[in-house]
Amino acid sequence: MRIIPFSISAIVTLGLIWALSRPWGTVPALGSFISPQHGFWQNAEPAENEKEIVLNFPQLKDKVEVFFDDRMVPHVFAQNESDLFFVQGYIHARNRLWQMEFQTHAAAGRLSEILGAGEKNIILSFDRQMRRLGMVYAAKKAVIEMEKEPATKLACDAYAAGVNSFIDELTSASLPLEYKLLGYRPEKWTNLKTALFLKYMSLDLAGPENDFEYTNAKSIFTKEQLERLYPITQDSLDPIVSKGTVFDTPAIKTVVPATADSLYFQWKNTVAIWQQKPDRDNGSNNWAVAGSKTQSGKPILCNDPHLGLNMPSLWYEMQLSTPGYNAYGVSFPGAPCIIIGFNDSCAFGFTNAMRDVRDYYAIQFKNEKRDQYLFNGDWKNAEMVVDTYRVKSGAFFYDTVSYTLFGPVMYDASFTGLGEKRSDGKAYAVRWSAHDPSNELMIFYKLNHARNYNDYYDALQYLTCPGQNCLFATKSGDIAIWQQGNFPAKWRRQGDFIMPGTDSSYMWQGTIPRWQNPHEVNPARGFVSSANQLPTDTTYPYFLGGEHDLYRGKIINRYLSQMNGITAQDMQRLQTENYNLFAEITLPFLIKHLNEEKLTASEKEYLGLLKSWNFRNDPAEKAVAVFTSWYDSLEAAVWGDEYARVPQPASRPQEFTLIENLLRDSAFSFVDDINTPEKETLPELVTRAFKKMIPAIAQADKEGRLRWDKFKDSGIQHLLRLAPLSRFHLSTGGGAHVINATKKYHGPSWRMIVHLNDKTEAYGIYPGGQSGNPGSKYYDQFVDDWAAAKYYPLWVMKKEEAGDKRVMMRMRFEKN
Amino acid sequence: MKFIVVTVLIALLSFVACLYLPWWSIALVAFLVSLLIRQKPLASFAAGFIGLFLLWVIIATIINAKNDGVLAARVAEIFPLGGSGIMLIVITGVIGALVGGLAALSASYVRK
Repeated sequence: MRIIPFSISAIVTLGLIWALSRPWGTVPALGSFISPQHGFWQNAEPAENEKEIVLNFPQLKDKVEVFFDDRMVPHVFAQNESDLFFVQGYIHARNRLWQMEFQTHAAAGRLSEILGAGEKNIILSFDRQMRRLGMVYAAKKAVIEMEKEPATKLACDAYAAGVNSFIDELTSASLPLEYKLLGYRPEKWTNLKTALFLKYMSLDLAGPENDFEYTNAKSIFTKEQLERLYPITQDSLDPIVSKGTVFDTPAIKTVVPATADSLYFQWKNTVAIWQQKPDRDNGSNNWAVAGSKTQSGKPILCNDPHLGLNMPSLWYEMQLSTPGYNAYGVSFPGAPCIIIGFNDSCAFGFTNAMRDVRDYYAIQFKNEKRDQYLFNGDWKNAEMVVDTYRVKSGAFFYDTVSYTLFGPVMYDASFTGLGEKRSDGKAYAVRWSAHDPSNELMIFYKLNHARNYNDYYDALQYLTCPGQNCLFATKSGDIAIWQQGNFPAKWRRQGDFIMPGTDSSYMWQGTIPRWQNPHEVNPARGFVSSANQLPTDTTYPYFLGGEHDLYRGKIINRYLSQMNGITAQDMQRLQTENYNLFAEITLPFLIKHLNEEKLTASEKEYLGLLKSWNFRNDPAEKAVAVFTSWYDSLEAAVWGDEYARVPQPASRPQEFTLIENLLRDSAFSFVDDINTPEKETLPELVTRAFKKMIPAIAQADKEGRLRWDKFKDSGIQHLLRLAPLSRFHLSTGGGAHVINATKKYHGPSWRMIVHLNDKTEAYGIYPGGQSGNPGSKYYDQFVDDWAAAKYYPLWVMKKEEAGDKRVMMRMRFEKN
Repeated sequence: MKFIVVTVLIALLSFVACLYLPWWSIALVAFLVSLLIRQKPLASFAAGFIGLFLLWVIIATIINAKNDGVLAARVAEIFPLGGSGIMLIVITGVIGALVGGLAALSASYVRK
C-alpha cells in the first residue's frame, strides 16, 4: 500500500464529498442537488404525462375518481365529503406542497427557520412582527372554533390526512424543488396550519390601517387639514349600496370618550414604528347583473380579486363533487373547499371591504419588566408569553410578549418593527378583529352547498374577519351583495389614530349587528357591484373608517347602467377593460391649469400625446406613462413640502385626494410651497410638475420604454423572489384606478365569469398554472393567455364524460 | 478491455446503488470496484471519472429530453449558466466524474 498517495487521494475524495454535502451561502448542497437520481433532475416532469394513476389509502371510505383535464384541472368525484376533502388535500399537496408550507411558515413567524435571520435580521424581524401581532394566537383560537363545528372538523381532518398521505410518500428524490434548494424537509400538516393559512389571508385582506402614520400626521396638521388629507368620504363617491338607500337608526349608540379632545384629537404624540404592511392595492372587482339586463334573462356573476401576483399562484382550480355537492372554482392550497366559484344553483365571489378593524392602544407599563400596565387607575397584570425562534443557523432567539386585555403588545422597547430603529420606549397593544374566535372556513363550506339566498345569508353569518363584499347570484334569478364581517361600532374617527390604553372609554363599544351591515338585494337598477369603494354614503349610521378606492367602482357602475342584453362575452370585455376614469376626470383639469407658453418644443410634443389620448391604458399607449408621471410629480410638489415636516413613518394621502381637493377649490392651501416666501399658484405648480417629469419620460421614450406595457413592466414573482422561477416583462394594459387592475406585481389574481343559464356557462383564468413545480410545463401554462386578457371555458364535468377527449389523466383512489 | 469493464461496472453499480442509497454511494462503488479490479492509478481514475460522467450525463440527458428542457433552462439561470441546459448537463457529469474518479484513484493505491 502506498500510504502517502493513498492518504492524499482519500483526503481529497472525502474533502470533495464533504464540500458537496453542505450548503455554501445560498448554494444548496451540490452533491445531492445535482445527482440525477436524487436532486433537481428528479423534478423535471416528463412532458408526456401519465394516463392513469392508482393510489391506495386506508383512510378512504369509498372509491374516489379524479379526472385531470387538458389544463390539469382536477375534477374530483367522491362518494362522501370525508373522501372528497382527503383527496383535495392530497391533490393540493401533490401540486403545491412547498407553497402551502411556506405560506403557513410565514403566517406562523417561522421563515427564519428555513431562510435564516436575513440581512440586518430582516427575516427574523418579519417573523417577530407576525408572532407579536398574534397570528399564532389567532389561529389557535380559530382551530377551536373549526373543530367545534362537525362539518368543518370533518373537512379539516380529512384534508390534513390527505396532505399527510402525500408527505408520507415523499422521498428525498421526490421532494419539491424548493425544499432541495433551501435544504429542508416538510413537516406534518395540521388543522393549525389550515387556520394559519386562513389567518394569513385575514392579515392580507383585513383592511388597511394607518394608525401610526396618521398619528404622526396629526402631530403636525390641524384638525381641518386632516379632514382634507384623510377624508372620511369622497365628493364623487358612487357607493356599493346605491345612493338614496334609507338606513335604520343604529342599534348601537357609541359614546365619544369624555377626554377625546385632549387625549386623542389634540394629542400631539409621535410614533417611531416601522411596520411591513399588506399591499395598499389589495382589492378586487365583483358584480352581478340580473336577468333583466342579460340576453338570456339569467344572472351573470363576475369576480376578479386583485392581489400580489406570485408563482406558484395563490389559487388552484378544481371541481369538487359528491352525490350531494358539486362546486367548481378556485381553492386555496392550504384549506379545504372552493373559495370563489359556483355550484349547480348559484355563484359567489368576494371583494375586500377595506374597513379598519385593527387599532393600536398606547400602553403605560409600570416598569421595564412590562408585566403590569395602567388601566382605569389600577395596575393590571399582563400575561407574559415567551416565543422561541429557531433560526436556520442553529441559534435560538427568545422574545417575551405582554398580552393585555386589548391584545398582544406588538411594539415596545424590545421591538420597533422592521426598521430595527432604537425605541423611544413607548409600547402599543394591538386590538384586531382577527383575534376574535371565528370559523371562516364555514362560510366557504356553506356557500359550496348553497342553493338559494337564504343559504347564502346563513353562510355569511360565519364571516368575522376579513370583512368582505360577498357577492351572490342564483339560477332562480336573485342577485345580492352584503358587506359582511365583524365591524366594530366606532365613534367618528375612533381608531384612525393611536388611542390611549389607560382607560376603558377608548375600547371598542360593540359590533355592528350583522343585519345592519351594508347590503343590496335585487335592486331596481338590475345589478350589484363592488370595487373596494366606500360601501355607503354618509347617511349610513355608523363610522366606516379604512382606506377606500374610488374610480374603479364608479366606472364599473357607469358601464353596467348603460349595458343591456348582456352576454358572458360582454362581461369578459368589461372585466379586462382598460378605460381610465381617473385620467378622464384629472387630465382635462391639469391641462386647463397648465401654462403652455412656458413649455419647450419637445415638452409640447408630450403634451400633444396627452391631448390626443383616449384615456385608455392599452399596452401600446404612450400617454399613460406621461399622465401618471405628471400626476406623481404634482403630488410630490403639493404634498412634499408639508410632509417633510411629518415624522416618519408618514403616509401621503391617497391618489384621489389631491384631485378631489383641487376640483373643489383650486386655491387649496397645500398648493403653496411653504419653503418659499412667495405664494405659489396652481398653474405654477402644474407647469413645474410637468416640466420636472419630462426628462425621465424623454429618456424612457429614447430607450423604447414609453409604451405602457414596457413602462409598467408587469411580472409574476416566485415566492422566494428567484428571477428564473418568475415570469417578467409581460405585455399587459390596465393599472391603478382601471377595471383591469394589473400593476407591476399586483393585479387580477383570478378572473371569473359565471353565466347562470340553465346549463351553467363559466369562464376563468389566473396568472400561473396548476402545477407548482418549475419543472412542469403546467407551471406557468396560463400566464401568457392571462396577460392577453383571454379566458378559458370552465368545464363542469359529469362523471359520464370520463371518455371525453379533454381528460388527460385519470387518478383512482382506492381504499386498502 | 479491463478498463472498459471497470468503467461500465462502476457506472452500472452506481446506478443501482443510487436507487437505494444517498448520492455519495457513487464514491463507495467506484472505490470498491477499483479495489477488486486493479489498474494503474491513472487508468483507475479515468475509469471512475468516465464511468460516472457517462452515467450522470446519460441520465440527465434522458430526463431533460423527456422534460423538453423546461427545468434545466430555469436551473441553469439560478446557477447561473446563462440558461444553458447543455452546460448544466456537463457540470452534472463533471461533479459525478470528479467524485467517482478520485474514489477510484484512492482504491488503486491500496494494494501494491
